Parts: sequence; structure tokens; C-alpha cells
Amino acid sequence: MKNFQAGIIGGGVIGSAVARELSRYQLDVVVFEMGSGVPSGASKANSGVVHSGINSSPGSLKACYCVEGNKMFQSLADELGFDLEWVGKLVIAKNEDEIKELERLKKVGLQNRVPGLEIIDESEVNKREPNVSGVAALCIPTAGIIPPYQFTIALAENAAVNDVKFLLETKVTDLKKKKNHFLIETSKGAFQTEIVVNAAGVHCREIASMVEEPDFQVYPRRGEYLVLDKNYNSLINSMIYPVPVEESGFLGIHITPTIEGNILLGPSAEFIDDLDDRRTTKEMMNTLLEEARDLIPALPDKAVINAYSGIRCKLAHPKSGGWADYRIEESKNTSGLINLLGIESPGLTAAPAIAQEVTKMISQIVELKKKNNFKSRRIRKKRFSEMSTGEQSNLIKKDNRWGRIVCRCEHVTEAEIIESLSNPLGAKTLSSVKYRCRAGMGRCQGGFCTQHIVRIMEEQFNIDVKDIKLKSPSSHLFYGRTREVKDD
Amino acid sequence: MTRRDMDVAVIGGGPAGLAAAVSAKEHGAKNVVVLDRNSWLGGILPQCIHDGFGVEETGISMTGPEYADLYIEMAEKKGVTVMKETIVLRFDNSRKIIAVNKQGIHIIKTKAIVLAMGCREKTRWNAMISGTRPSGIYTAGVAQGFINLYNTMPGKNIVILGSGDVGLIMARRLKFEGANVLGVVEIFPCASGLPRNVVQCLDDYGIPLYLNHTITIIDGKERLEGVTIAQVGENLIPISGTEKRIECDTLLLSLGLIPENELSKDVGIEIDSVTGGPIINQYLETTLDGVFACGNCLQVYDTVDMLSIDAKKAGKYAAEFTTKRKINKEKVRKPYVQVRGGKGVKYVVPQRVNKEGKVHFTLRAEKPREISTIKVVSEKKTLLRKRLPWVNPANMITMDVTVPAEIVKQGQTLEVSIG
Repeated sequence: MKNFQAGIIGGGVIGSAVARELSRYQLDVVVFEMGSGVPSGASKANSGVVHSGINSSPGSLKACYCVEGNKMFQSLADELGFDLEWVGKLVIAKNEDEIKELERLKKVGLQNRVPGLEIIDESEVNKREPNVSGVAALCIPTAGIIPPYQFTIALAENAAVNDVKFLLETKVTDLKKKKNHFLIETSKGAFQTEIVVNAAGVHCREIASMVEEPDFQVYPRRGEYLVLDKNYNSLINSMIYPVPVEESGFLGIHITPTIEGNILLGPSAEFIDDLDDRRTTKEMMNTLLEEARDLIPALPDKAVINAYSGIRCKLAHPKSGGWADYRIEESKNTSGLINLLGIESPGLTAAPAIAQEVTKMISQIVELKKKNNFKSRRIRKKRFSEMSTGEQSNLIKKDNRWGRIVCRCEHVTEAEIIESLSNPLGAKTLSSVKYRCRAGMGRCQGGFCTQHIVRIMEEQFNIDVKDIKLKSPSSHLFYGRTREVKDD
Repeated sequence: MTRRDMDVAVIGGGPAGLAAAVSAKEHGAKNVVVLDRNSWLGGILPQCIHDGFGVEETGISMTGPEYADLYIEMAEKKGVTVMKETIVLRFDNSRKIIAVNKQGIHIIKTKAIVLAMGCREKTRWNAMISGTRPSGIYTAGVAQGFINLYNTMPGKNIVILGSGDVGLIMARRLKFEGANVLGVVEIFPCASGLPRNVVQCLDDYGIPLYLNHTITIIDGKERLEGVTIAQVGENLIPISGTEKRIECDTLLLSLGLIPENELSKDVGIEIDSVTGGPIINQYLETTLDGVFACGNCLQVYDTVDMLSIDAKKAGKYAAEFTTKRKINKEKVRKPYVQVRGGKGVKYVVPQRVNKEGKVHFTLRAEKPREISTIKVVSEKKTLLRKRLPWVNPANMITMDVTVPAEIVKQGQTLEVSIG
């Protein structure tokens, strides 16, 4: 049995943000993550938007943490070395009625103290976004974009460097409250902690019900996305949103540029039964394209290079309108259990503020003393593809693995693959490589690089070919050797 | 950073690149370099261990590695410079190439460039197949590489989507290695690979071919667990009620090939939206002076034999460009004849002709048909009328047409049709 002071269940953006915040203090912290890397759930399957706070009811936790979190992003990005661009967002009105909705949104935004809001007319819309069709738009300059997986990885890796223990492929199977501690049974053995942070996302009810009768329900809602080829990145300059349907808590199918140059279409919003049913559907793919075409008529037909979906943790019954606030609280019945429930959009934005709040709550349970050796900075290394020819040349002279390009679409080198596989979390799947250095994320979707990455895993990391995985504990790629070679 | 000058640089050391390089040497280019991203030459050939290569070209049936060796040896003998594990990052319109390998960055000034980058396989998303995203989904070529080059078995119970040649050959290959090949699914009413491959790879081994079928759903949360196939109507849309789930751990995709032209697009070479390759003239020259194109990055060929024969021409013209330096090229360039695919024709290559004389055309029919007549007409007269016993989109059609001087001079349009 291993003892820790705090155990965080779930290494998504919330769990990782809490881990990183707690790593500032002299506290033994462990994170249990059932996936083979972080993030493995909704934290990687979302729009990657740093929201401004115009969409949440004034006074709600959603509004409060979103606005608070938004303000923290620039310094976080500088400190942790993840990409962030304040591209701004336009909510597009298609007709006169919708202009009234823009006014309403602006009012909500002002109440939430969102700065710089402005309603622009058709000619200004055309000037800023020549491919977008609309009669007016609400312009929100404080909305930004990040690669969401990069953000979670940055938080988790920085926490790990500061001695938070990340246990991957570790599923919590049981949780018991003893007198002064929790007993946590996992697929990798038993653990004992004083505090448990339930950051299990859409699985938060499963975890809570191991120790108490939960007073809430989870209604999983699936959001599907399409990813477009980089060739079309000039279609938009900022995020393009439709006017949201009031009260549903759904922002509508929007068009989001990514820093890497792709465009995302989505998400859909569909209540489902199975928490893990992360499929995409033909119907929804078509709907996404149709609705996106409403906003951008010139959207090309054959531009899709990938599709994915994420499951949102909704606490409100679909019939009730679908809106419920976050619940960030210590359980009334189980002291030491901090439940983070219903953290859906704008959860990515709210994560840093929620992490601070959770730390405050923990400080009331145990005494938190600052570490004097906390390493706040995580350096973002320049990618080969971002370097000047001179920089590339110098680097190859120092280490010739920078001269071997493994991913032809994104120009990722062997050195970057090895660096990705040497991450402080110990994540070693194809996805963990992809989310760190983009190998396999281009238009050929791994057609060229997979074989080379597999070889690097085998030869330089001594991973048996049968243990090479795509993304999760049982997502094996191979069944072994075609022919076994026997030594004489 | 190293700098060097070359007469001809060939980008890609697959069959097309090797044939072009050898031919460029034969036609007087003093120094020729082949740049390839892999650690081997021959492109995809070393993993194509079945035979049938070289029959049309040499009369001898070889395996892929044997055929590749033939050209690798020739290139060596002729003194072609080879740079392996080297990726071309870009080139500009003065034909200066920036490439990278473990030795560093290479700046290569060239008199002519031959594009021979080959093609890549279409993915699941090119066909917009919905469902989950488990492991066990491979493009057929990637799976072929894993089995034949890396001695690695990608699956046991296999469904193949698409009846392209790679898919058909992989069906047989996997059967040989003890896998269960549960079927090949094809959306069209006929196989898209060569008829002989349907017989030799599927029929001979009792592997079912589901024509007019497609895969509608992929399932399995971590490793693939099954696919749902459904019959399609004439509009290629699945007919509800015909769905059937097949349990399998592996799905191979043989959905067709996309010519690799990122480098061409970056430098502004015009691309034919149908072939996916550069628009060329009768010299296989692209819309950028001194840049020639051949092989599968120009158009996807049926067999390596035909590809090599055309690639040699690209090498020859590239060499001549460096030696003869055709004076006053503008004059040759404009006006030019625009060649269009008319009724029943999917595409025609070359797309432009700017000199009178015999021009070698390759084209594909839109759909299979019995006895057909192929016609080439200018704005005023018929240049060619030829009867064919049958046409099939899977089989490339070739023909030589003599283009008269006045048609070029007037910049007329040529239309090729099949009826």
C-alpha cells in the first residue's frame, strides 16, 4: 500500500490543473488516470477555445471561473510553454431577429465584465471575414484559441516535474472512506490518501457513488467535430459562431481556427446513454458540414482529414433545458472528498481558476506549505518546422537526429519523436507522440510516419511490438511478428 | 549547410524517379541527383513482394524488389548521385532546392527538376466513414509495409474496404500469413483493381467480394471490434435495412491514391483537379519552366511498366532542357492547345500541347463499357477515331495523336471523348 496526502482521480484538464497547483506545496500528490496518457477524454476532444465569459449567466460559477480563468491564460501560456492566440470571436447574426440576440449576449457579457465587446455591421463583418455570411456580428476580442491537449500536457508535465506522481493506465475500481483516510483500489494496486479530488469528468458519478449516494445525475452529451485540411486555413481569421439557442447551454456549431492551421467544425450536441460512446455518425458529419456552410458558404467539400467526438458531463436533464452550474465542493457526507462535478464548457478556460479554488479548499483540510524548489517554468521548445534554415542547420550539427524527418506532412524530426517519447509522464503511445509533436496529425494521418515511430519505439525504447498502442491500454497495434526468427 | 550545383535533381527515388534519373543521364545530363525520404530506393516496390512487375516493359515477370534492383543498378552504373533519408523541404521558381538529412541542410541549385514524389493512400476520412477510432485500421499499403518489410502482423480477422490493386494483393498476402480475410467491400458495381488481380487474389482463395457495398460504421472502443457493411443504391448511398455487422479486428483501406504534390503547390505549379497531378505539356513539363513531372505524382498509373516508360521521357526532356536550353521558350509556350476530357472521359494527360507533331496521351474512361469509339477532335476537325473492344476506368488508355501546326498556332482546344 502506498500513501499519499492527496489523490486526484482523473488526469484531464481539471485534474492536471489541480495537480499543477498543488505541486507548488509540500504535499504528496498522486493522479490516477485510466488512459495511457493525458488527456484521454473530453479535455482533448473540444474546441480548444479560451472563452471570454459572454455565454454564462451572470453570477454563476461558470461565468465567474471562466472570466477569472481567461485572465490567467496569457501568463500561464508564457510560463508553461503552450500555444495561445487571441484570435477573437465573432457571433454572427443571420437576420434582424438575431441582431437582438447579439444585444442580449452583449449585455450578459457586460454584466460578466467582459471587455472590448462591440457589435459590428455587415460591411465590417465582410471586411474582417470575407468568407462569412451574416448581417451583423458581436465581436469578442478576449476569446482565444489553444491546442487543448497541449494545455493539459503542459499542466501535467509541469506537475510531474514538481514531484506529483502520475499513474497512467490506472483505473480506480473502488473508493472507501476509513476513519481518517481514503482507501483507493485501482487496477494497479491499493493506495491510501487523506484527500480525494474527484476530477473524473463524465465519470464523476461513478467515483462518487463508490463512497456515498450521489445527489446528482450525469447526462452525457456527445459533441462531434470535423477537422479540415490546412490548405483551407485562409477561410477564416477568427472564431465564427452562430447565435446560440438561449438557455440550452449549447453554443451552436461553430467554426474554429487552430493555431496549427487546421479548422474545426463543431460540436454537435446530442444526449447519449453510454458515457464512453465516442463515435462519430454520418448524420452528424453531414449536419456539421451543412450548418458550417450556413456561416461560410464557400466551405469546400473534400476538406475533412479527421473527425472525433468528446463526451460532455451535463448535470441537467435534457428536458430541463440542459443548463446547470458547476459544482465545486467538499462532499457534505464524506469529509475530505472534493467533488468537481459537471465541468463542461467553458471548463477548459475555467480550469486554472477552479484549480486555485480547489487548492484553497484543501488548505482548509491540511496545512499547505510552499515548496522552495518549485519549478514554475516549462520551456516550449521550438519545432523544427518553426525554425529558420540557419537554426535548423546548427541544430543538426549538434544532434543529427534533427536532420531525419519522420512525419512528412508536419515536418517532425526523429529528435522530436524521441523527445516526445521521453516525456516526464511516461506516456508512450502513438497518440502521446502525436499530441506532443504533431507527428501523424497531418493530411496523410500517419501513413508515412507510423512505421518510423513504431521502429523508434522498438529500437530506442525497447518496447515489444505487441505492446505498442495507439492511445489506450488495450488499443494494441500488432499481433506480433509475421514470422518468428529463431537463433541457432 | 552544403551547397551544390546539379544539372537535374529528381525528387523521389521510387520507380519513376529512378527511371527518370537513369534516362536523364542517358540523354546527356552531366550530373543527376535523386533525393529520397526513405533509407532505401525503389519507393513502394521493396514491399511489393508479389510478381508481375516488368512484363509489359521487359517481357520478364519480376517481383517488386527485383524490378527495383534493376533500376537501382542502372542508376549506380550511370553514376546517378543518390541522397537517401533526405526530405526536400521546398524549392523555388529558380529551381533551387532546400533539402534536409542527418548531414545537414542542403541547398541544391539545379538546371532542371523532375518531380517523382509518388502518391499517398486515401484515409478513412477521405471516405468519411463514421464510428469510433480504435486501433486496427490501416491503409493497405501501410499494412503491406508492416508485414513485408518489418515482419509485423497487423491483424488476424480482416475486412478490406476498396478493391484497388493494393487491397486485392493484400487480401491474398494476409491469407498466406494465416489471417482470416473475411471479405473485400467495394462501393462500385465492379472491382477498381485490375481484373486479373480479382481472379488471382480473391477468387482463387474463396475470399468474398461484396460489390455495391460500403462500410457504414466502425466499432470498437480500443481495438477494432467490427464493421457494419451495407448495400448501396445507384446514388452510392447505403440502403437502410441491408446493414450487416462483420466481427473483425482489422480493417484495411484500399480507397485509392492521392498524388503527392505539396511541394508543387507550394511553388505555385498548376494542378489538375481531376488527376491531382501537375498540368503538363507534351514534354511532361509543368507550368513552371524546367520542372518536369512523372510517375504517380503526375497521375496514378495501373502498372509500374507504363509508369517507367513515361518517367524515362520526363528524364529525357529534363536532360534536354539542361543541354539544349531551348531558346525563346515563351514563343513555344504560347499559344498552346488545351486538351479536355469530353463525354465518357475522366481525364487526359498531357493537358496542354505547345508544339506540333506526335503526342503521346494517356487517359481514363469515366465508366466501363463494351465496344467504344474514342475520338479526338479539334475545333474544326477530327484528328483520331479509334474503336476499342471495351473500356474500363481501371485500365489506362494510351494513344498517339499527331497534332497539326495550325491547331497549335491558333491555340485551339482538343477534346477527347469516348462513345
